[in-house]
Amino acid sequence: METILGLDLPTWWFLVVGGLFSGYAILDGFDLGAGALHLFFNKEESRRIVLNAVGPVWDGNEVWIVIGGGALFAGFPLVYASVFSAFYIPFMLFLVMLIFRAISIEFRSKEPMRWWRQLWDINYCISSIMIAFLLGLVLGNVIQGIPIDQNGDFTGNWLSFVNPYACIVAVTTVALFMMHGAIYLTMKTENRLYAKLTVLVKNTTIFFVICYAVTTVATLLYATHLSEDFKQHPQLFSIPLVAIISVANITRQITKRKYRFAFISSSVTVSLLLILIAIGLYPNIVISTVSPAYNLTVYKAASSAKSLKIMLLFAVIGVPLVATYTTFVFWTFRGKVKLDEHSY
Amino acid sequence: MDVEFLSRLQFAFTIAFHYIYPPLSIGLGVCLVIMEGLYLKTGKLMYEQMTRFWIKIFALIFGIGVATGIVMEFEFGTNWATYSRYVGDIFGSALAAEGIFAFALESGFLGILIFGWNRVSSRVHFFSTIMVALGSMFSAIWIVVANSWQQTPAGYHIVGEGLNARAEITDFWAMVFNPSSVDRLSHVINGSFLAGSFLVLSVSAFYILNNRYVELSRASFKIGLAVAGIASLLQLFTGHRSADGVAEYQPAKLAAFEGHYDSLAVADMYLVGWVNQKTEEVSGISIPKGLTFLIHQDFTTPVKGLRHFKAENRPTAVNFVFQTYHMMVAIGMILIGLTLLAAWLLWRNKLFTQRWLMIVFAFSVLLPQIGNQVGWYSAEVGRQPWVVYGLLRTSDALSKAVTANQVIFSLLLFTVVYVLLFILFIYLLNKKIQHGPYDEEAQEDIPDASKRDNPLMAH
Repeated sequence: METILGLDLPTWWFLVVGGLFSGYAILDGFDLGAGALHLFFNKEESRRIVLNAVGPVWDGNEVWIVIGGGALFAGFPLVYASVFSAFYIPFMLFLVMLIFRAISIEFRSKEPMRWWRQLWDINYCISSIMIAFLLGLVLGNVIQGIPIDQNGDFTGNWLSFVNPYACIVAVTTVALFMMHGAIYLTMKTENRLYAKLTVLVKNTTIFFVICYAVTTVATLLYATHLSEDFKQHPQLFSIPLVAIISVANITRQITKRKYRFAFISSSVTVSLLLILIAIGLYPNIVISTVSPAYNLTVYKAASSAKSLKIMLLFAVIGVPLVATYTTFVFWTFRGKVKLDEHSY
Repeated sequence: MDVEFLSRLQFAFTIAFHYIYPPLSIGLGVCLVIMEGLYLKTGKLMYEQMTRFWIKIFALIFGIGVATGIVMEFEFGTNWATYSRYVGDIFGSALAAEGIFAFALESGFLGILIFGWNRVSSRVHFFSTIMVALGSMFSAIWIVVANSWQQTPAGYHIVGEGLNARAEITDFWAMVFNPSSVDRLSHVINGSFLAGSFLVLSVSAFYILNNRYVELSRASFKIGLAVAGIASLLQLFTGHRSADGVAEYQPAKLAAFEGHYDSLAVADMYLVGWVNQKTEEVSGISIPKGLTFLIHQDFTTPVKGLRHFKAENRPTAVNFVFQTYHMMVAIGMILIGLTLLAAWLLWRNKLFTQRWLMIVFAFSVLLPQIGNQVGWYSAEVGRQPWVVYGLLRTSDALSKAVTANQVIFSLLLFTVVYVLLFILFIYLLNKKIQHGPYDEEAQEDIPDASKRDNPLMAH
């Protein structure tokens, strides 16, 4: 099989898709987290500030799931088809929640009435939490494996998605995003709101660390296959080690009130956790609980070499472009939030 | 109700609703570039106010477009898993390209467009406007390319058999420039220019009628008219090219457009009509041999009729395809008439005094919307029973793991959410329009035609 820099094309594409989803989790992660914390802020002005902290960027952040989804469709159509049709109900709820989040941000500021704003505040908060929860739920099920037959079609009952392990992963995802969002907000706020956020950062970090510990234990118990690769290649243990150091560094930077470094650390944590899962799964993407013969590996599920090469070229040209103007937009809106006539 | 019907209904419903917004964004994007360009060139406050006003409306439309657009990408996997496995190699790459080269561009710069007025220079802001407008057009390019590939597949080969059969790419550029891409894309883009420019025309006419922001509205009306005039005339050309392409590559669809059943006969072209699908006859007003002439440029070459094709290979909803196609053509003609009349009156300096015409323009925003919708229906329903023309049947494209009850659940969910969304959209759009581009009371020094010498007041 054709290789580039020692890796074959399906593996390259596995890295690209993983990279895109990780970009999504880091970027949309902080605005979903900020949304999940929304109702903790009581005053109208505080709510406007935290909303406007993500106002100019959330839409650009959400693009990453569209690109990631497109990349998964293009690179691994069999995975795309199997996972999306298997998770029909969670994905439909996810879509509706994405719509609710978008319109909550868009509509909240359009009327001054208290009930109107409160309605969209609640919608915004719940949909942000639900988006994170549903993503975690899907991830938890993918980690455990799902019942798919030789054609990749789901043979289980859709209610089986709501199982204890998947719920633990889902809650952990919510906790991770809340912490990540709270850290982001400390960089965008001042005065009393900032003071309040320093407390929120601490609480969400404690919440996350507890969830992280529970998930780790649960993974070792419920998803034993995930640790196989690590047992076979002991040098891979460096990655969970780095993840633990990264989480520890978040708490260290928070204590030192260096929130910018804490944010970098929480971004690194988000991607390290995904890398851990990716290593555990590879070369499988979807594990069949019916029979290991039905597992969807990167080789079985990948598109043709020609298609993968074309899209790798797209990625090489496109990702730096996207990164450049994403950086430009973030740089434009750097610093603390100041409300003006263009704000939500 | 079976899963196929429900999934088709859901896809049709979600895409029809989504398709209200992107054409508006694309058309408005062009108008915004002209408006802001004029502002930078002239430095007039009026153009700045105009640009800011239309950016607010653009943001509202864009927001709903994005929120409803992600749904479609997911539906390929959720409802049409077999289809996704079959075409992923090709269709997926076009979708991925759309995300990375188009959607990211417009969404990234949109933040600067809306919130960046005080943070970047006016040149950088203008640059962002151009990027957003370009991004929305690039989106259309990739989406229409993907759809056109389904209509006229090219640059692929089939690998595997039965359930494992998949289309794999052999020639990327042949896939992108498949026989119908360019014609259909130019048709869709012009349709989008019409949607956006007629919104500008409609709102401007509304203000002129109400004697508000008169100078600004006249200027924006002229901008809208320039875009609409060019687009409506080009649409005649692109429409003809598209129909030619359909005649060549999808003859069963063309036959359905005109309700032409005779297997190999010279065909008439109907202006209006009704297809009786039981008797396979059309009654209505037609130009004898018109279709034959349009396709072959003579009066004798026969056109393949529906009976030429096996029953299982032809579209069943012939009357629906006929009606939607004819509505699209009729609306296209009305739009040409309207813009030419307005342009002539403008040249004669009489445009803004024709109250009746301003009323017509105030309502005209609906026409391109209906035209785009029915044009899309005729193109998509006319393609049936194929999801990928000649290769994969719609009935074979479904997700096997999804039950009818699940689709009913999601369909109900989308119906409730979209109805709510549409009511809110209209409410907020109306509110923004009522509020206007600037506060009239607070800024009396705004240059505006004084109410005394407004000719409309004399009538």
